[in-house]
Amino acid sequence: MSVEYRKKILKYIYKAKAGHTGGSLSCVDILNVLYNDTMNVGPENFSSDDRDRYIQSKGHTVEALFVVLADKGFFPESDLETLCQYKSHYIGHPTRKVHGVEQNTGALGHGLSLSVGTAISAKLDDKDFRVFTLLGDGELPEGSNWEAALTASHYKLDNLCAVIDCNGLQISGPTAEVCNTEPLDAKFEAFGWSVRHVDGHNLKELQDTFAALPFEPGKPSMVIAHTVKGKGVSYMENELKWHHGVPSAEQYELAMEELGGVL
Amino acid sequence: MKKYTYTEKKDTRSGFGAGMTELGQENDNVVALCADLVGSLKLAPFIKENPDRFFQCGISEANMIGLSAGLTIGGKIPFATTFANFATGRVYDQIRQSVAYSNKNVKICASHAGITLGEDGATHQILEDIGMMRMLPGMTVINPCDYNQTKAATKAIADFEGPVYLRFGRPVVPIFTDPDQKFEIGKAWMVNEGKDVSIFATGHLVWEAIQAGEMLEKEGIDAEIINIHTIKPLDEEAILKSVRKTGCAVSAEEHNRLGGLGDSIAQVLVKNQLVPQEYVAVDDSFGESGTPEKLMEKYGLTAKDIVAAAKRAIERKS
Repeated sequence: MSVEYRKKILKYIYKAKAGHTGGSLSCVDILNVLYNDTMNVGPENFSSDDRDRYIQSKGHTVEALFVVLADKGFFPESDLETLCQYKSHYIGHPTRKVHGVEQNTGALGHGLSLSVGTAISAKLDDKDFRVFTLLGDGELPEGSNWEAALTASHYKLDNLCAVIDCNGLQISGPTAEVCNTEPLDAKFEAFGWSVRHVDGHNLKELQDTFAALPFEPGKPSMVIAHTVKGKGVSYMENELKWHHGVPSAEQYELAMEELGGVL
Repeated sequence: MKKYTYTEKKDTRSGFGAGMTELGQENDNVVALCADLVGSLKLAPFIKENPDRFFQCGISEANMIGLSAGLTIGGKIPFATTFANFATGRVYDQIRQSVAYSNKNVKICASHAGITLGEDGATHQILEDIGMMRMLPGMTVINPCDYNQTKAATKAIADFEGPVYLRFGRPVVPIFTDPDQKFEIGKAWMVNEGKDVSIFATGHLVWEAIQAGEMLEKEGIDAEIINIHTIKPLDEEAILKSVRKTGCAVSAEEHNRLGGLGDSIAQVLVKNQLVPQEYVAVDDSFGESGTPEKLMEKYGLTAKDIVAAAKRAIERKS
């Protein structure tokens, strides 16, 4: 579990008095492994055409992305002091005004199509870069995901990897109750993807899974990452209100204590 | 009145297809996408010559716009093509976020705009597309007047960095502009200089405006006719220069009177130079089945309607 990243996510959300806490805590281990182990992208090669591309479809958990990008050196972490503030580039959803962000996202159901297009462009130019996208399980009822899923297998995009941050909760309630999308593995397999399940908080498992890409030649790869919304802070875990909740001073202290002390 | 003649009529969508064919030969970065309407968009030659640079998306327009934005991340210049209705209203959120807000170099190329696609009726006849597209920050909106101009515009937007909405149509209309014209985005084209009324027309209504100008001339009215092929960015200077001379304006477009060229011009006039303006446009209505000619007549988009509007505008001059 990526403890330091969690502390920073909470620190900046607490300071901003805004943010998507639960989802940032559920996806941050995935981002940790992608950026620190799997992907060939960093500030040093961000202008290179050969860099791996990451597109965050679930844009609302931008705090996790910003914290990881700062750690990678794309910008000074102190910039995040302005998170969600007037005149700051560090707004509530990914924007290309922030160094390291590949694409503006926020309205859901866009990321997979964007990633498919990017993966097609790599094939077209015989480039080896790979495309990664992070989807939320809550955004999967958006039909454009399934249009893109069809297209990805139609064009045999084995340079594309989608990860579903499957935390089982969305703003209105449990994903299974809002609009059930299970069984996700069978659905994506039927759409021509090669699918693997993983514990989305087990860094080693995530590393090994991504190291095995592509899972099958000629097929796009889908990683269904089973996660816990609010992971790492006991009172936030699996609690719907932390989708968009901001901790009080007491709650913040308690969370930091659980994570091993204030930064 | 300057004389305009033609020897041939063609659909503007064929001008788009011809432009794409040349772009296929000249610019390796140009790629085309289509949502199952290859024949309607006249893309066959491009696809034949560049099979690797064409992506059939099937009937999934939202995905096509997303793919296009993604292709720009890999440095391509995607031309996303379908009917105007499905290229705009159906996929507004994709265009808004993934193209306009992200300032992606995507060219949204839309055929069968307006009522003149004819027989298919209201579901396919979009009259709101210019309004939707021009409201998007950073979006360039182009509506050329004939085959030659559409071809030239198609080629010009490939050299322009930024999102573009290019609108054209299905009916055959006279070809009266120069085949070798240089298309300047955002620069209005003076069709005829006059002093009594300014007629600002876009799309194939430019030809109707020319016909109207000849009819007005017979009644002793000297009409200035300007082709506003680029609705955004609007050539405000040309518009103001014209109305400061003539003292009144007519706008003519195959679009809802709400949100289109007429409103674009009205904003300029209200802010800078208050003169009477009359609209030739569809009066906040959906379309219906019929031949283009019949529909143009019923919805008030013909040369005769422009003549009547010009007279009303002149009468309102104080």
